[in-house]
Amino acid sequence: MSHHDEQATNRDGVRRTVTRTLVVLAGMFAFAFALVPLYDVFCEVTGLNGKTSNTAQMLVHEEVDTSRMVTVQFITRASAGLPWELDVETRQVRVHPGQSNEVSFTFRNRGGEASHAKAVPSVSPSEASVHLRKLSCFCFQEQRLAGGERLEAPLVFQLTRDLPADIKTVTLVYTLYPVQPAQAAVSPRGPIEEGDSA
Amino acid sequence: MASHLPPKPTPQHSTATAGGMAEAGHARPRGLMRWLLTTNHKEIGSLYLIFSLTMFFIGGIFALVVRAELFQPGLQLVRPEFFNQMTTMHGLIMVFGAIMPAFVGLANWMVPLQIGAPDMALPRLNNFSFWLLPVAFALLLSTLLMPGGGPNFGWTFYAPLSTTYAPPSTTFFILSLHIAGISSILGAINIIATILNLRAPGMRMMDMPLFVWTWLITAFLLIAVMPVLAGVITMMLMDINFGTSFFNAAGGGDPVLFQHLFWFFGHPEVYIMILPAFGIVSAIIPTFSRKRLFGYASMVYATAAIALLSFLVWAHHMFVVGLPLVAELFFMYTTMLIAVPTGVKIFNWVATMFRGSISFEPPMLFALAFVVQFTVGGFSGLMLAISPADFQYHDTYFVVAHFHYVLVPGALFAILAGAYYWLPKWTGHYPNLRLSQWHFWLSVIGVNLTFFPMHFSGLAGMPRRIPDYALQFADFNLAASMGAFLFGASQLLFVLVIIKCVRGGEKAPAKAWEGAEDLEWSVPSPAPLHTFETPPDFHPHQH
Repeated sequence: MSHHDEQATNRDGVRRTVTRTLVVLAGMFAFAFALVPLYDVFCEVTGLNGKTSNTAQMLVHEEVDTSRMVTVQFITRASAGLPWELDVETRQVRVHPGQSNEVSFTFRNRGGEASHAKAVPSVSPSEASVHLRKLSCFCFQEQRLAGGERLEAPLVFQLTRDLPADIKTVTLVYTLYPVQPAQAAVSPRGPIEEGDSA
Repeated sequence: MASHLPPKPTPQHSTATAGGMAEAGHARPRGLMRWLLTTNHKEIGSLYLIFSLTMFFIGGIFALVVRAELFQPGLQLVRPEFFNQMTTMHGLIMVFGAIMPAFVGLANWMVPLQIGAPDMALPRLNNFSFWLLPVAFALLLSTLLMPGGGPNFGWTFYAPLSTTYAPPSTTFFILSLHIAGISSILGAINIIATILNLRAPGMRMMDMPLFVWTWLITAFLLIAVMPVLAGVITMMLMDINFGTSFFNAAGGGDPVLFQHLFWFFGHPEVYIMILPAFGIVSAIIPTFSRKRLFGYASMVYATAAIALLSFLVWAHHMFVVGLPLVAELFFMYTTMLIAVPTGVKIFNWVATMFRGSISFEPPMLFALAFVVQFTVGGFSGLMLAISPADFQYHDTYFVVAHFHYVLVPGALFAILAGAYYWLPKWTGHYPNLRLSQWHFWLSVIGVNLTFFPMHFSGLAGMPRRIPDYALQFADFNLAASMGAFLFGASQLLFVLVIIKCVRGGEKAPAKAWEGAEDLEWSVPSPAPLHTFETPPDFHPHQH
């Protein structure tokens, strides 16, 4: 092979290599962003990160499993930089799987001005999250409270009977975050509906 | 994208002498412009190495600020806010500014010489990827002077600490990391294109020196994960400036997602910082044992196996975020699996030395220290891989001890070994023996005095990234701080060695080390500016 041919072969080879690496690069950059929805889908299917559905679900009509009790604990956390308080009427309830339960939460705006916030839920252990059905929750929407206003909002939930037997305690955590007023909807105070899975 | 091959001289000039002033028919620029415009792989390699040495000292000064504050309990020298900026900047500068550019610099110098190529495949791109680095790091360092200070969230910049609660300068930090990332990506493309296309006629892939092999695999890792880093910091940028909620729980995002994405980049990244070190040591140990490398093919496959496994272990950095049991087990087992190919490497190095005719020149001293000390870091890594035990070790000084053992007496010692090994080729002179030995022994003592006590303070529960600590950790920290200052000061000896070596010293022949076999030892010392303009006669020896 002459010197000139060799150089031409090299140039083609280099061009091919560069094109291929650039395709891989673009693919990996897109993959990084694709991981965001993929992660959500993965978590939704497996319930691994303790996220719960953020829309109301139907009650599953099934016989209440009176043979065992599950402790449900509630933890509420206010956010830094937001003059709000979130309280719950009871820190802990004992429920039977299959039974529907209602617990009342209280929002209080200690500040002088109206502001918006959202309570973001999390479930621990995360395996329990797919067995937790929320029929109604203040965490589905943002709340708006005038200065000094107080709001009672219910949580209606059910732990389905297929909850693994080794789960004896389920902890629901609600953390308040400030949100931009533009995003906030009106305070939810709709009636609590007994859904029917028929 | 157009590819730019190195300008090849006409055949009648190809045997011409080194300097080749009017080679392509125009005078070479002089002074600053010479360095600004150079497309020569050796000059760019030197620029990379000088840049990384500079960053090593800047990052080192930051580390010494940290160690000075931790010399005794209580707050003495700096405010906690500044302390956090120092730990963060130390990590960022050392990872992205010192270790990575040092390896790219060695690749620039040595890969074309080791495969018999006249230059890198894309010389102008090579120039561009180097000059992005000073821009990136000038920008990063300037954040320290901005209102609110520089990055203070640790080099892993976990969101939302690095988004919602970050100083205003974070946008500049993101930009500088983007620029440094582009530089790494361009460097990786160049190295892959060079290795795949410009090997000397007759050199098959399995004839390549291991430094070339490890760099080829490293470059593929860079291509695979640097875009993920770019994606993560772009998401941070959008969360900070454009109101998105990738990592903001209030808006439906997930802070744990940040950790998954970061470590999907981050774990391959730590192998990017160690695989080329394996290549350097695999060149030095056979040379000074006067034997062929034991198990060449298994070395190549082990390197590839480590690279592939690096994509399956990321969540071992996140054992305490609340992973389900199956994930804890999966990542624990895959992490432990990495010990197998790594063990193969250690075994091969030891087997290479077995019944060899060993001599202890400075490169060999550093390479031997690498093998021993890297193994210490590997063992503490195995301890950390045990998920239930990690619940105790997580975020303690034990982790700090572990990754410093693989990065300082590991990667950095390999870089120093490589520098001592190839300095005769670069400068034409042997480095001063007595000074090199002083440098080696002070470094070994300093580095172990610094990092070994951290194992103990970590096991005893001292958390990392704190400016003040409980009294019972005082003795360990006293020792670590003294070691750090000893180690830092002894690196000045290295600068002295280099300056003396550039200026003069014992003349080195083309084959500067008796047992050295690869192609770089067939060109004169110092290597002329242009080498292998006609491809060399390559005869593969049996590995």
